[in-house]
Amino acid sequence: MPAYQVFNRTTGDSFTCNGDQSVLKAMEAVGKKCVPVGCRGGGCGFCKIRVLEGDFECGKMSKAHVPPEALAQGEVLACRIYPQADLTIECVPQPVDAVVEQATRAKQTTTRAMR
Amino acid sequence: MKKGVMRPGHVQIRVLDMKEAVEHYTDLMGLIETDRDVEGRVYLKAWTEVDKFSVVLRETDQPGCDFMGFKVLNEDTLVSLTQDLKDFGLEVEEIPAEELKGCGRRVRFTVASGHAFELYADKEYTGKWGVTEVNPEAWPRDLGGMKAVRFDHSLFYGPNLPEVLDVFTNVLGFHLAEQVMDPDGNRIAQFLTASMKEHDIAFIHSDKPGQLHHTSFYLETWDDVLRAADLISMTDTSIDIGPTRHGLTHGKTIYFFDPSGNRCEVFSGGDYTYPDHKPVTWTADELGKAIFYHDRQLNERFLTVLT
Repeated sequence: MPAYQVFNRTTGDSFTCNGDQSVLKAMEAVGKKCVPVGCRGGGCGFCKIRVLEGDFECGKMSKAHVPPEALAQGEVLACRIYPQADLTIECVPQPVDAVVEQATRAKQTTTRAMR
Repeated sequence: MKKGVMRPGHVQIRVLDMKEAVEHYTDLMGLIETDRDVEGRVYLKAWTEVDKFSVVLRETDQPGCDFMGFKVLNEDTLVSLTQDLKDFGLEVEEIPAEELKGCGRRVRFTVASGHAFELYADKEYTGKWGVTEVNPEAWPRDLGGMKAVRFDHSLFYGPNLPEVLDVFTNVLGFHLAEQVMDPDGNRIAQFLTASMKEHDIAFIHSDKPGQLHHTSFYLETWDDVLRAADLISMTDTSIDIGPTRHGLTHGKTIYFFDPSGNRCEVFSGGDYTYPDHKPVTWTADELGKAIFYHDRQLNERFLTVLT
């Protein structure tokens, strides 16, 4: 199975990915964290990236996270793409969830109060 | 069961690939396939469940949960609760009998968090799977995988939790077993029950409506949870976190994903509750410990990865 290089332009990381391996799985296998890891099943949209250069094959992904217009812009889920050439990718920012914000704020408030 | 809602009865889960999904829920988790319908939906149950199915899988291009159903005592209860839901101001949709094979008529409504729920009174009684009704053995010898005991509860993310609490407690007769409060006095998580279980349904606040966090199945022991973790590794299944213990409910748990990214839980133990128990309260500044009692740290993936 041919191996390809994946270069993350946002973080400067690069790693090797086999043609039968998802980009996310290859990244996890070498211990890199340059793309957020979610469900690994094409459902949650956490690992959304934009492919700037290179061909790839694509598995099933949630339409909620990758509607056809996003796919046309090269937006895909890293857990569902299999490189057919060297890839250049970039991260797509995720919206911050309210619960995490609230909990983080609560923790900060408490820490301040304890001083 | 103050208003006649007995228990969680079913959940319909959307999957990207039916073949992969069925393998996950049967071979790995140990559910039993009981039927399929003309729409291509697959019906599953856990072995101790007495009715025909508790999990329905539907293939489509967007994972998540279509609805969760609760079984009520009888037809009279269904009629009166339907009126109570209408009086509360909710729109109620009548789903005819046999729309799900073997299930009587269902009454569907969507609460303010954007999640659809159903009530029904009748479903084909097929008995526990693999054991006789009279003088039953302890368990069937040909169960697969994790040998899930029952569909236990679902956890949903969405907005307007106070309105949701109002419907579930005042209309449907659930009580609030556990809660997480933020420093401003807002309830950011609510665990509700119609039984003695610490949750039959739970909600966590999120601005985005209608999201599924996980579907949960009960196992008998902590050793079964560890064995489930072994199976997750053996099958290279996407793991989320665990085995560990929750602060909330104190259940012993492991989380993982189905092949479409829907989160599943299997757990054992956990606290019990009665209607006279005050809600157990966790504070948002201890949310890490409330969720993962050992790590005591917030895990962004657990809080934000949803379908």
